[in-house]
Formats: sequence, structure tokens, C-alpha cells
Amino acid sequence: MMNTQETNFSDEQMLGLYRDMLRIRLVEEQIGKDAKAGNIPGPVHLYIGQEAVAVGFCSQLTDSDWIASTHRGHGHYLARGGDSKLLMAEIYGRETGMCKGHGGSMHVADFSKGIIGANGIVGAGISITTGAAWAAQLDGNGAVGVAFFGDGAANQGVLCEALNVAMLWKLPVIFVCENNGFSEFSPSSTVTAGSIVDRAKPYGAAHEAVDGNDLIEVWQCAARAIKRARGGDGPTLVEARTYRQRGHVEAEASFLGSSYRSDEEVELWKARDPIPAFAKRILDAGQATRAELELIEQDIVTEVAEAAEFAEVSPYPDPASQDTNYMFA
Amino acid sequence: MARKRMIQAINEALHGEMEKDDSIVVFGEDVEISLFGDTRGLKDRFGKRVRNMPISETVMSGMAVGAAAAGYKVVCHMMFGNFMYTGFDSIANQASKLRYMTAGQISLPIVYMGVFGGGRSAAAQHSDAMHPMFMNLGGIKVALPATPADAMGLLRASIHDPNPVMFLQAAGRGGESGEVPDEDHVIELGKASTVHKGDDVTVVAIGAMVRPALRAVQKLAGDGIGADLIDPRTVVPLDSAAILASVRRTGRLVVVDEARDMCSAASHIAAVCADQAFDALRAPIRRVTVPDVAMPYSPTLEKALLPNEASISEAVRQVVGKPVPEDV
Repeated sequence: MMNTQETNFSDEQMLGLYRDMLRIRLVEEQIGKDAKAGNIPGPVHLYIGQEAVAVGFCSQLTDSDWIASTHRGHGHYLARGGDSKLLMAEIYGRETGMCKGHGGSMHVADFSKGIIGANGIVGAGISITTGAAWAAQLDGNGAVGVAFFGDGAANQGVLCEALNVAMLWKLPVIFVCENNGFSEFSPSSTVTAGSIVDRAKPYGAAHEAVDGNDLIEVWQCAARAIKRARGGDGPTLVEARTYRQRGHVEAEASFLGSSYRSDEEVELWKARDPIPAFAKRILDAGQATRAELELIEQDIVTEVAEAAEFAEVSPYPDPASQDTNYMFA
Repeated sequence: MARKRMIQAINEALHGEMEKDDSIVVFGEDVEISLFGDTRGLKDRFGKRVRNMPISETVMSGMAVGAAAAGYKVVCHMMFGNFMYTGFDSIANQASKLRYMTAGQISLPIVYMGVFGGGRSAAAQHSDAMHPMFMNLGGIKVALPATPADAMGLLRASIHDPNPVMFLQAAGRGGESGEVPDEDHVIELGKASTVHKGDDVTVVAIGAMVRPALRAVQKLAGDGIGADLIDPRTVVPLDSAAILASVRRTGRLVVVDEARDMCSAASHIAAVCADQAFDALRAPIRRVTVPDVAMPYSPTLEKALLPNEASISEAVRQVVGKPVPEDV
């Protein structure tokens, strides 16, 4: 593991990255509470434990870059600078959501933030990002595409197809597999053969496995992959090894007859939580005081409360004004 | 006007549109050499805007979505319509829904091209008429040109359209020729064409079925049976108004479709007319379609399944109550 000195991050950068991760965590903890209270109409898949991956990549992207997100996409949306009010309102199914209640938790896409869809179809963002990367290559503007997906999606054939064409065309695309240990309700080891990162090898594509709970390690890996993509050196497959602290979907215990993992395993990974580890790194290096970190947390707590309030008081979309014109431009 | 083959009209539309608009890209299976001739010459003229794809329909249909969302007008050539099933996820779950599920944040100007239909012993996996499947998606327009002029005009409109459009060419009919206007011929999507006029019966024929239907109604006219022949040209949007107006006048309807009968374009058009013009109907609606079987290989078997002039004539005679005389 790199120490802070070797990364040369300024105090301000470190605090910014900390804020980005903590913001995702606290927004999602609120969403988790709201789901438990029955205030959210549809299924909710939380990103808790994986924040370092979204922040490690998205903190280095520009407005012209593209990302594709997943059903577990709140973190990517927020890491891209998404508005927590619009996010909460969308998840609540309200008219004021970024998709006016037409998308919901699994589809928190905001094209103005370079989010080219948040997909409920596992692996679907891989092909879409490959196409956006082709567009970037044609534009010659140095933009890159980053496709986030899980270890479950790595078992979709489209990953092989995309690696092949991306390598052949030297597309500026980064395939980021967030291996969180579970393919929905199945432990990865029961559904995934071999190593995911090695799947880039036969195509001759760059590939790296990183500790997905170590923000600095993810950030450095992302920097290398982005540089490769912007420089015309083609795609990279990244396997960020992390852990899904929550279930596949909130409240899953209420319908699953049994558990697919042990409490000990969950506790072990909670001890490796990326956010306290990053806070400790900041404090150990003397880049901020505990009071300064608490101030950041207070800020976010206020933001979350305001976002939840905004969602709660926002109106539902009026069925009478249902706009089927959204089907066609 | 000039006489052109269908495939030539399509090729000229692609050349003409790409010449005018740098944001148009064409990619797909063998588009550089061009199996059917429709994309021939584009690579030499437009270079990097034209690219062969690996045979990878799953990633290809999705790349079209990504490139369109990122600002390009995308022509994605999937070769045979049956291969669209292989790339169906991004058509059904992405292209047709992304705009709606993001409350209109984006438009997706994509033309998916492919050939459809039987008649050439291409057998079950190269002969489907898959337009009904796309009709049911909701967010995809579907164009099925029957003449070279319509092919040119509909393709130009499809490329201009800010929405995903399936541009389906009738397989093996690329060599058929017809008069095509010279300059910038565009046909608005959703406007039917009345190919033949008559007062006794309305015949609606789709895509490659227009030609045998026209032969049938021309001969029937000689026997005193007057038929309107309507080619919807696009089944999404469907020009229901043109069909209903004709049915209200004739009181009879025969729909000819190369799709399998169940949930075909024919069954949808029949349902629309039963719903909205029941009071005007003087006979049961007839559908002339393909039975619910896979398309066979052998020419004798295949020919027996596809609608043709004889089966269309027979259906028309039945609904007008003038069966073929015994001695004919």
C-alpha cells in the first residue's frame, strides 16, 4: 500500500476525495433508512462499501467524458457531481427527480453529467460505453468512456465482444469491474471461473487488479488507465476488488429463505471499510484534524437532510399529464 | 426521375446524406465490402466514418446507442434481420427506452438496417419478418420500403429522424427497379401510400407483399372487383387514419403481411379496424400471412407458406363474395 507522501495529494485534494466518498455513504444510509421505512416505491441496491471505486475514477474525469452506471448507481451519480436532491426525489418517484420519476433508483442517469445511462440490465453499459468511446475517438477530443459494472456482469458475453472491438480499434474506454463478491445472491466463487482481470489477456488489452477499498490505489490505477485511453493506447480492464456490505437489494432478508454469506465475513470487510481507512490516512499524515473531518461530515449531514426533505415534499408526477412524448423526440 | 434498382436507391441515399452531414457514421457487418451492395463505396469516400464490425451483434447494437448518445447519427447495419435477435438487448432495453426512462434527456438518432423475409431458400434463421417484434417495443420506428423510390425517401427520413428506426429491406428484392426522383427525395415516416384505387375492398400490404398484392388487385379490377391497395410504408408510426378512411369507404379489409400470423402487423391492423370501423365492415376481415412455423429451406415448401398473388386474390374474392367461378 502506498503511503500518503508518495501520492503527493494536497490537503485540499485529500479532503475533497474524503468528502466525495462520505457524501455517497451518508446519502445512501439515508436511502437505506427510507427504504426500510417503506418510503421508497421500488427496489433499492446500495453501493455502501464500494465508494472508493466511483470516487477514484470519477474525480479524474472531465465534463466531456462518459460513464455508464449500473442498477447500483447512486455512487457513480454522486461521484460525477450529481445533485443529491434530484437523486433522492427520483428514488422517491417524484416529479422533481432528474428523470422526473420515470427512471427510479436503478436508472439515475443524468446525461448533462456525462452519465450515459444507469442500467438495470447487467452488463449493458459495457456496449454503450464502447460506442461512446468510438464517438470520442471520432471527435478526437481526448474524451474517454468508463463503464462500471460488477463481477456478475463480467460473465456476460458482451465483455468479450467489447474487449475485442475496443482493442482492435484502440478505443479510449476503461472497463471497470467492481468485484464486490456477489452476483446478486450468489457468491462470485460459485458463478465465476478464473480471474476476471485476466479476461483482458487474450485480447492483448491492458489490465490491472486493484484493492477497490483503497482510494489511493484505485485513483492511481484510474490515472494510468485514463492516460492510456486519452493517449490513444486503447482500453484497460480494471478489476477493483471490493465488498458489498449491504445485500443485493434492501430488505432482501424478508424474502430470502436463507443467507448466502456469514456475519463474520461481513464484519471482516466492514473492518476494511474504505472510508474510515482513508480518514485514518489523512489524520496520520497530518493533512487535517479530526475536527476538520467532522465539519465535512456535518456539512453532508445537512445536505442529506435537505435532500430527503426536498424529496418528501416534492409532488408525484401527475398521471393525467403523463408525457408519452418522451418515447419519441 | 430516373429508373433505379432498390439497392442503388438505398446506396445513393446513404452517399447523399453522408455527404451533407459529417455526423453520420455507418458501421456493421461487412459494410466496407457490402454483401448486399447498399453500403458499397462508402468506405472509400468517407474513410473512418465507415467501419466493419466483428460479428458481435450484442456489442454492436449497444455501441450504436452509445455513439448516438454521444452526438452521432448512427447507421448500424446488422445484415440479416434475424441477427437483430442476437443484438436484441440493446434494441429492446436501451434504444427503445433510454429516452423515456430519462424523461427525454436525450434523443437517439439510430438507423438499424437489415434484410428480412423469405423466398430465397435462406432457411429458418435468415428469413424472418421481425417487424412485429419491434412494433411492440414502443420506442422504435419501423420502415419497410416496397419500391426504390420509397427506399430512398424512407431511408433519408430515417437518418434525419432523432429516434431509433428499423429500416428493413425485403431480402432478395434489391434488384427490383422503379422510378426514383432525382434530388433529396424524402418521405415522412408515418404516411401511407395508396398504390391502387378501388371501392369494393381495402387491401393493406406490407413491404415485399405490396408487389404481389398489386398484381392481384390489377387483375381483379379486370373482373370488376375494385380494390384500394394501401402500403403503410412504416408500421411505426402506423398511418391508421389512411387505412380507416379507406375501410370506411369500402367496408372490407384484407391485410397481407409476410410475418407469422400471431401478433403480426396484419393482426394489429385488423384489430385497429375492428375496433374503430366495425360499423362500416360488411364482411369479416381477412389476414394473409405466414403460418406460425419456421421458414423451411426447400423452395417447394417455402413457396407454399409465403403469401402470393393467388392467395391474396383468393382472400379478396372471399371478402367481396365473388369466389373464382368454377369454370375458370
